[in-house]
Amino acid sequence: MLAITIARLQLQELLRRRLFLVLLVLTIVVIALTTWGFSRIPSLGDNRPRPITEVEIAAVASQLLILVMFMFSFVLAFSAVFAASPAISAEVESGIALAMLARPITRLEYVVGKWLGLVATVLIYAIPAAAVQMLLVRLVVGYSPPHPLEFLVFVIGEAVVILTLSLLFSTRFAGMVGGVSGLIIWGLAWMGGIVGGIGLVFENATLTHVGTVSKLVLPTDGLWRGAVWSLEPASLIAAARAAGAAAAANPFFAADPPPPAYVAWCIIWITSMLALAVWSFTRKEL
Amino acid sequence: MIDAPAIRTHDLAKRYGSITALASLTMTIPRGDIFGFLGPNGAGKTTAVKLLLGLTPPTSGDAEVLGASIGDRDALRRVGYLPELFRYQSWLTAREVLALHCELAGIDRAAWQREIADALAIVGLSDRGSGRVGTFSKGMQQRLGLGVALLGAPDLVVLDEPTSALDPVGRHDVREIIRALGERGTTVFLNSHLLSEVEQICHRVAIVDRGRVVAQGTLDELLGGDTVRVRATGLDRAAKTSLAKYGQLDDEGDWLILRGIDTERVPELIGDIVRLGGRVYAVEPRHESLEDRFLRLLGQPN
Repeated sequence: MLAITIARLQLQELLRRRLFLVLLVLTIVVIALTTWGFSRIPSLGDNRPRPITEVEIAAVASQLLILVMFMFSFVLAFSAVFAASPAISAEVESGIALAMLARPITRLEYVVGKWLGLVATVLIYAIPAAAVQMLLVRLVVGYSPPHPLEFLVFVIGEAVVILTLSLLFSTRFAGMVGGVSGLIIWGLAWMGGIVGGIGLVFENATLTHVGTVSKLVLPTDGLWRGAVWSLEPASLIAAARAAGAAAAANPFFAADPPPPAYVAWCIIWITSMLALAVWSFTRKEL
Repeated sequence: MIDAPAIRTHDLAKRYGSITALASLTMTIPRGDIFGFLGPNGAGKTTAVKLLLGLTPPTSGDAEVLGASIGDRDALRRVGYLPELFRYQSWLTAREVLALHCELAGIDRAAWQREIADALAIVGLSDRGSGRVGTFSKGMQQRLGLGVALLGAPDLVVLDEPTSALDPVGRHDVREIIRALGERGTTVFLNSHLLSEVEQICHRVAIVDRGRVVAQGTLDELLGGDTVRVRATGLDRAAKTSLAKYGQLDDEGDWLILRGIDTERVPELIGDIVRLGGRVYAVEPRHESLEDRFLRLLGQPN
């Protein structure tokens, strides 16, 4: 199966290029800094008569972890866009694709191979980085998020969604155009999620629909909410529930995990976009 | 189909919107031929190559490559291609690029090492096999591309401007490589605008202009014998006309130009001119070059 050959080549390219090295070094720096920050949480109550409680530590640590992981998901999505948007277009522009596609390889194998290689790169980066971060937080403040595996699935799912869209763009547009478009759409979906939350708070059907539609059109924010939910301790969810619907507009809060039907929709979405990318590239004139 | 021609096209055409890149290409290239596909820039040469390799679909017409329809996987396995826009993964070494193409071409893994070593040796890159492609000069990258096209002893090698980045030594090397391919029975489709190069190595040529084939055949057919220029005075119109039996006659006043004349008949021609009362001052035999023919076909002043 030549798709595997292309996937291996794509992975090799990303690992050998500087982008990955820079990402790796910066990630290590960020993890070191945030771990130091987390280690300071237990001493937060030192200047007041009553020492900080275990519940308070968990609340602060979970909130901080959500913020850190939001940055992590943001970097992951950005990197996925920047890796995927030139993945095909740059090879077509430079001529690398000409020599390869004159071989007995189908466009389907080529596009699917690119996709597999990009997904593999995301996994290779995201799993160790997130795991190390969560382990270190557990070591220094004794806090573990309640659903670490689900978190990984949601945050990687978010990256795969934006990566697949960028790859689709890459079959037609230059890397820069595809990259900028991917990021703008990603930002719009994030804001769409907030708008939908505001709709819930004010019981405004139109705004709620905007949120729902944006979650369906580009499932990144929907998956991000799932990632947030995975990181929240039960006490925090209970407290927010007591506060009512107001919390829904907060992009760093989710009361419930996404329903299974939504997860199924995300899988259908990714598969359809990949199929569209294959179709688009099959019709592309080289 | 082993006896099918290497390439056969029928009314092959490609249009991009209102622009006609290739109008109607009909040609047959027998197996083992070194075929020169000539034309000025923008004539449709690269388009034709891309159509033949299934990189872009034709607007109309059809074609067969090695007896199979365009884009057939088994046929593509037996085709080597050096694109005009030759670029290879800059983060790979030359050996890795060749290994990648061995894999894509479906060459038996056991043969890779020998194939790669042979390809590097043929194109003169044996000592740079472990170098990253990104550090290669353009000429070296084109040599590597030629090596890629030769992997697996293909039945058909398509070379699109294979010497565009090479120095005179490199050009000479490429000519020798193409000759060796011809001796081995490999069909070579050479896209070029370097006429002297084509004239030196090709058996047959087709000349395209503005998307159409304006002439095709063997070099002998195309150049059609020699030309002789004679400076003679004292010949009247009837006398000059009678000389047309020796070849195609152009009357330029004192200068008479006879194209397609058999050189053995030049003394006879001069004898005739003298007999007709002409006074001969100069006789200049000239072999028409492909360039002369090319320019004449394209309607350019020579």
